[in-house]
Amino acid sequence: MIVAEQKTLEEIKALVGNARKVLVVGCGTCVTVCFAGGAREAAIVAAELRMASKLEGNPKEVSDVTVQRQCEWEYLDQIAEQVGQVDVVLSLGCGVGVQAIAEHFPNTWVVPGLNTKFMGLPLEQGVWAERCAACGDCILGLTGGICPIARCSKSLLNGPCGGSVDGHCEVNAEIPCAWQLIYDRLKSLGKLEVLMDIQPPKNWQKARDGGPRKIVREDLRLGSGE
Amino acid sequence: MSEDLRLIAFCCQYCAYAAADLAGALRLQYPPDVRIVLLPCSGRLDLLTALLALEEGADGVMVVGCMPGDCHFLEGNLNARRRVEALQKLLQAIGLEAERVRMFNLSSAMAAEFAEAVRTMREQIAKLGPNPLRKVPQESEP
Amino acid sequence: MSTNGYLSGSNLERVLKNGYFAVTAELGPPQSADAEVIRRKAALLKGYCDAVNITDNQTAIVRMSSIGAAILLLKEGLEPVIQMTCRDRNRLAMQSDLLGAYANGIRNVLCLSGDHQSFGNHPTAKNVYDLDSIQMVQMVVNMRDARVFQCGEPIKGQEPRFFVGAVESPFAHPREFRPYRLAKKIKAGANFIQTQIIYDIEAFEQFMEKVRELGIHQQAYILAGVSPLKSPGMAKYMVENVPGILIPPALIERMEAAGAPWAGKGKDALTPEEKKARAAAWQAEGIRICIETIQRLRQIEGVAGVHIMAIEWEEAVRPIVEGAGLYPRPELAPTPAPQAEGAQP
Repeated sequence: MIVAEQKTLEEIKALVGNARKVLVVGCGTCVTVCFAGGAREAAIVAAELRMASKLEGNPKEVSDVTVQRQCEWEYLDQIAEQVGQVDVVLSLGCGVGVQAIAEHFPNTWVVPGLNTKFMGLPLEQGVWAERCAACGDCILGLTGGICPIARCSKSLLNGPCGGSVDGHCEVNAEIPCAWQLIYDRLKSLGKLEVLMDIQPPKNWQKARDGGPRKIVREDLRLGSGE
Repeated sequence: MSEDLRLIAFCCQYCAYAAADLAGALRLQYPPDVRIVLLPCSGRLDLLTALLALEEGADGVMVVGCMPGDCHFLEGNLNARRRVEALQKLLQAIGLEAERVRMFNLSSAMAAEFAEAVRTMREQIAKLGPNPLRKVPQESEP
Repeated sequence: MSTNGYLSGSNLERVLKNGYFAVTAELGPPQSADAEVIRRKAALLKGYCDAVNITDNQTAIVRMSSIGAAILLLKEGLEPVIQMTCRDRNRLAMQSDLLGAYANGIRNVLCLSGDHQSFGNHPTAKNVYDLDSIQMVQMVVNMRDARVFQCGEPIKGQEPRFFVGAVESPFAHPREFRPYRLAKKIKAGANFIQTQIIYDIEAFEQFMEKVRELGIHQQAYILAGVSPLKSPGMAKYMVENVPGILIPPALIERMEAAGAPWAGKGKDALTPEEKKARAAAWQAEGIRICIETIQRLRQIEGVAGVHIMAIEWEEAVRPIVEGAGLYPRPELAPTPAPQAEGAQP
């Protein structure tokens, strides 16, 4: 899932600026399960903004609403009326959600309430870790299911570098060395010989480096096309 | 104790709520301006509810759970403490005093200590004065 | 190819190919545009090594470029080994810099991934890591031997002919994989290897035993890294903070013993003269240990030379090389510059 983190209230206040009517829009999917921008968080942020603005002597009218997914047009249609009544929309969706609102409501000023961090998973309650970098050309089949692009600080394809110590990365002891993990896993699976192949330079064109990406599935499109 | 203060006490049913009950049975005196909210465990404390209580004009929020190690649900009281700390930070960001929220730990037999905790909290809040959100005039719009 | 049997014809290559025990040193460029620093350090190294590594934004701190400093070094009559990291350049920048370096007379390159930028003075920078060090070795070797750019297009005209180096840290983790990773670098085409600093000879002997078992010591020249200790404190710091450094306790005890006459006194109890004397005693012991290390490394089959890393202490190279009996350095008649295949009359 997409993992995000709330911006500080100070930053959110600066983004909202002088707008008097604010709609905080939560998202019911990824950012709900990572407790960053679901219905509860939207209600909390709305209360925070109301209280802070009141204490500053310039009370704002702040309401909140949460849609199932900010990244799909039909869910956004459901909040069109509320969006039309405010000066600014504070989206607690990921970067996709913010942009979907901007794209769907061309006359609406929308600002982000979250920092979208990564694609990852919860290791335990309250702890999330990055797992995928969306490089567009999955190599997990070569590495025993552990991604060196997302999890090695240098994205090495022929690791580990000389900075691997006691299972952690040279960057800091909190980061497990992806190549140590890959080595251990391939060893336990009896597949270490995989590591003797030199992996060629990666085709980064399939990643973001090739420009913004798009997928068209003709089998799924409807009607006769344009 | 002349000042009108509104305290909300979120109380775990296994300790503080029973202690409050016992305090009543024992006719122990404690400040009357506390409203008790029953929780199945202090770990059930909802940050949003506590925040809304303050937004609506509560002057202080106390959260009372079992003694460390004695939680009926093992660690609910420890989780509650983390949430209280988060709420304190949040209040500071908003512009309110962190001291308006405080965690206490008691057992069900500690009726006198419950009364003492309420007195302590009331003194703490009295020093801060009423919740400034109450003093700010409401919006003129309906 | 009229390369006279040499890949690059560099002095380092010729020394190694003719069976001499090679000596390379290291020069850290300044954090400024001051050419004088390079000249001063070059003067300390001249005659005492076969080639000098020039670091590439070492520890991710911005310094004079390796290639720029190497050109200054060439003017001083020393042979540079430019270091190139994957951290700061993508494949375009690497190749264009290599063309420029070769055109300026540089013949040795050391390919490495580079310390992560979070260590340096620009931790908020975006890193590159388009290629890794093994892929870079392959690319540089292919530019030389297949005369192609990384994309596969032919190099029309003079190809850059480098003596290609790589690094290996024998004691980094997972340790049992390190000889195999070295084998990958040599399979990728590395001609010479410089290792992380070695203090623990026994551990290194075990590593080399595995290297010999794989037969790769016959496919590339392995230069063992050494570095003189400056103080017991530096030794302890390295053990705790530098990945892949093992220092036997006995060596640390030797360093402490060297400072024993001044021991037991607080830092402030020592006069400046006493502090100076203690530093000199430590440094002398550090150089002695380094010389002994080199003499033992020389006995290990498969070790073709040493790489002396006297970081910000270039003065130490001369006594180490002399003390280890490696002075004077061989003076080989320069070979005619190798020419491109297409340049034949």
